[in-house]
Amino acid sequence: MSVRMKPVDAVVIGFGWSGALLAEALSTAGLSVVALERGPWRNTATSFPPARAPDELRYAVRHDLVVAPAESTITFRNNIAQTALPVRAWGSFLPASGAGGGGVHWNGQTWRFLPSDFSLRSHLTERYGSRFIAPDITIQDWPVSYAELEPYYDRFEYMCGISGKAGNLAGVIQPGGNPFEGRRAREYPTPPMKMPYAPTLFAEAARELGYHPFPQPSANLSQSYTNPLGVTLGPCTYCGFCERFGCGNYSKASPQTVLFPRLAARENFSLRTECEVLAIAHDPRARRARGVTYVDAAGTEVFQPAEIVVLAAFMLENVRLLRLSGIGAPYDPQSGQGVIGRNFSYQTTSSVQVSFADKLLNPFIGAGALGMIIDDYNGDVFDHAALGFIGGAYLGLLATNGRPILNHPTPPGTPRWGHAWKAAVAQSYLRTTRLIASGSSMSHRGAFCDLDPTYRDRLGRPLLRLTFDFHPNDLLMSDFVTERLGEIARAMRPSWMVVEKRHAPYSMVPYQSTHTVGGAIAGDDPATSAVNSYLQSWDLDNLFVVGGSAFPQNPGYNPTGTIAALALRSAEAIVTRYRHAPGPLA
Amino acid sequence: MRRARWPKAMIGQHLTRVVVLAGLLVVGAARAETAAERGAYLAVLGDCAACHTAPGGAAMAGGRRIPTPFGAVIAPNLTPDPATGIGAWSEAEFARAVRDGIGRGGEYLYPAHPYPYFAAFSDADVAALAAYFRGLPPVHQDLRGADLAFPLDFRPFLGLWNLLYFRPTPWRPDPGHDAPWNRGAFLVEGPGHCGACHTPKTALGGDVLARALQGGVVAGWVAPALDGDRRTGLGGWSADDITRFLASGATSRQLASGPMAEVVRLSTSRMTEADRAAIADYLKSLPAAPTAPSPRPDEAIMARGKGLYRDRCAPCHGAEGLGQARLFPRLAGSAVVQARRPDTVLGVIVHGAQAVATPDAPTGPAMPAFAGLLRPEEIAAVASYIRNSWGNRAPGVDASAVPMHQ
Repeated sequence: MSVRMKPVDAVVIGFGWSGALLAEALSTAGLSVVALERGPWRNTATSFPPARAPDELRYAVRHDLVVAPAESTITFRNNIAQTALPVRAWGSFLPASGAGGGGVHWNGQTWRFLPSDFSLRSHLTERYGSRFIAPDITIQDWPVSYAELEPYYDRFEYMCGISGKAGNLAGVIQPGGNPFEGRRAREYPTPPMKMPYAPTLFAEAARELGYHPFPQPSANLSQSYTNPLGVTLGPCTYCGFCERFGCGNYSKASPQTVLFPRLAARENFSLRTECEVLAIAHDPRARRARGVTYVDAAGTEVFQPAEIVVLAAFMLENVRLLRLSGIGAPYDPQSGQGVIGRNFSYQTTSSVQVSFADKLLNPFIGAGALGMIIDDYNGDVFDHAALGFIGGAYLGLLATNGRPILNHPTPPGTPRWGHAWKAAVAQSYLRTTRLIASGSSMSHRGAFCDLDPTYRDRLGRPLLRLTFDFHPNDLLMSDFVTERLGEIARAMRPSWMVVEKRHAPYSMVPYQSTHTVGGAIAGDDPATSAVNSYLQSWDLDNLFVVGGSAFPQNPGYNPTGTIAALALRSAEAIVTRYRHAPGPLA
Repeated sequence: MRRARWPKAMIGQHLTRVVVLAGLLVVGAARAETAAERGAYLAVLGDCAACHTAPGGAAMAGGRRIPTPFGAVIAPNLTPDPATGIGAWSEAEFARAVRDGIGRGGEYLYPAHPYPYFAAFSDADVAALAAYFRGLPPVHQDLRGADLAFPLDFRPFLGLWNLLYFRPTPWRPDPGHDAPWNRGAFLVEGPGHCGACHTPKTALGGDVLARALQGGVVAGWVAPALDGDRRTGLGGWSADDITRFLASGATSRQLASGPMAEVVRLSTSRMTEADRAAIADYLKSLPAAPTAPSPRPDEAIMARGKGLYRDRCAPCHGAEGLGQARLFPRLAGSAVVQARRPDTVLGVIVHGAQAVATPDAPTGPAMPAFAGLLRPEEIAAVASYIRNSWGNRAPGVDASAVPMHQ
């Protein structure tokens, strides 16, 4: 039995950062907005009281903020020769569920991409020649430049109160900041976090080697901040329960701490939680989405008509809903034709563990985005001509994840249980840390998403199938940057160190990064992209597909800042242009 | 039909008086309002919605259970429904209920209805209120009555109560003070009925008039003193602090929570800025009552409280109790913290609290509940510590006072 709701101006699918930012902008402009979220309601006061929130077992081990695989999962294979199998326990990445989405359990690493990241293919072709890029690498230029996105990066940073130090202030390089970043109009809204000992040691070693360390831009705030909406955030307490946790101290920017208080008071906005969208109803000839069909918590099927549909679920679900709704041409890896599911990319990570007999690092002092970073080997900051690969990584040391269940470091050769193991953990815990490389992932022909032919979800719909492996280019890149990371580690003069490089095949099991992107990418050409620069569908004028699904490939940085900037730019285009003249914006 | 009871000439007469009154009392531009508009504002001043609008219910349709120390009273329906509301009431009957606490059938109303304060309303005020209620959509809602303990369940007893506590005197401005002060005094002592919570009560629930606005306890919450006491009252607040607090529920030091959160949300945040300033002006003129200093708690208790405070409380409230503006209340110098009774301190630690969210201060931050995480003696030690640190001084807290039973 299907229930038909009163039509609204806009329906938003998914209520993470993207959905909440769109809902905020559209409802501010006076549109009636309904947001649909498959997970539960969560707010800071009742969901994450600091007296109970730091529960490592519940959140970090049992993934309380992550969608239960029994409710929604994917199937996975490394290449098209294999048969994909369902993911029954999340590992490599952790798709969120619930109000706030990944914006609840994120670390708060709030980056802008490099200007050259946005014109990647043309930039690399110009610098190194067209044959420098492997033929099966399908990277493309973004349809939007860094300069065009800068105001929206700025707006998001000021909405969140991001703590950091500018490296390029209106074209003038600033000491202490990242000298390689694009020019920014103004300084970060709050100063950098207080830097713990381990990142400070990293920065000293990096400086000795001639690199340019700077504090990581952070949505864990260094001080109290009231944003332009009038909502107040508090200073981070360095409690160390950040990644995979909601922040009950109001000190991590999230949709809860930044947007919800205003949204909750708006008469023209409503959120419906535990509502899972089945499909977007549309009329291809009219180039229009008519609304969305969803199932509510009681199991009732509901149709919500809307003038505008914003698809802002996690990237995997964005692609799946487009496929399930029959919107856009599915990507075919054999021919390279089609766009939905095309250009999946990820993050190529590696690390070096270091331990110091003579230094107490106190790893329990931590946050999500609390570290010193160098960008000397990121993007195309360094000359790749003699290296035979494209891309790069930021290298750094973060004071993070020092919690006791999942972090008990031991030197190589230590038994894995018993007295010797316990003694080694007791000796190593306070003295051991990890340097990390967060590397780029170049989209390639064999990395894509489609619908699984075999496995279905509890509502009978096909699961999304992910086909992915690291491209040899990315492994070469990762090998190179991890060597450099090892050099910095050695310069820190540790008692022992272990270099942990990234190898193929890609494994779904160990956690690496939740930065899965692509699949409904933005571009200038409908033949090679699903949406235009405003994230408007090429097929349906009133459908906007917002999120990491729009990335044509992934640079070394964490994606949230860019996802938010794209969302804010999309929202502004809807409010200032589309609303008055519905039709293609590009 | 309803309007037939209110001849136009009469409304016109009231309007004339409204304009005169407005000229006397309202600071700032006065415009010609309708009686109903003026009544709507008087209803804001009186915070009528707090009791007469049930959560999620129709405006002023009543039905809400109002807890009192003697049992519950159900707020009646004020919409113009003839059967269950005030649709069939005459103006005199309405006025008698509002100001004298006498029901339509001549029965005494329970003083949960703040008629001892509403006696300050003028005839014009009452007429305006009636005009406002009569313009609301009628709602059939017949829940009413009370569930009270002896002797208050015996309505004629209320006559005795009135003899003891009810001084039905019309409001008279004090010629020794200026218009804003008089406006503030009217709002505080009249429609605002601040003393209903902020004045200590006798065993029978009457105001201890000799200690007016020197602080009370309502439903487990301390209503701090509004006098000039620097520790327990408003002595440390500027007039602007008070105005900001009434407007937004937040100052750089404090946040409204508990019953005051509702007062801010439904009443003071909707007042005119001039009225809030008038209240501040009046409250700042109140002197401090003489108090005797309490002894400092035992050092072992203080040390234990400090350890727990550093571990559990300092991340938000700060090692020096300074808090964070608009987010975490400042404990150092706080009147609620230093109130003679520790009810709010204990209740907030045990049950948590949520600050009011207003358009000017939308965050609405919360304090987590520590019930089940700290033992009663630990909570008592923390309470004793914060009540006697950073210059604070208040009686120590015994573990038996901790409301752990819930």
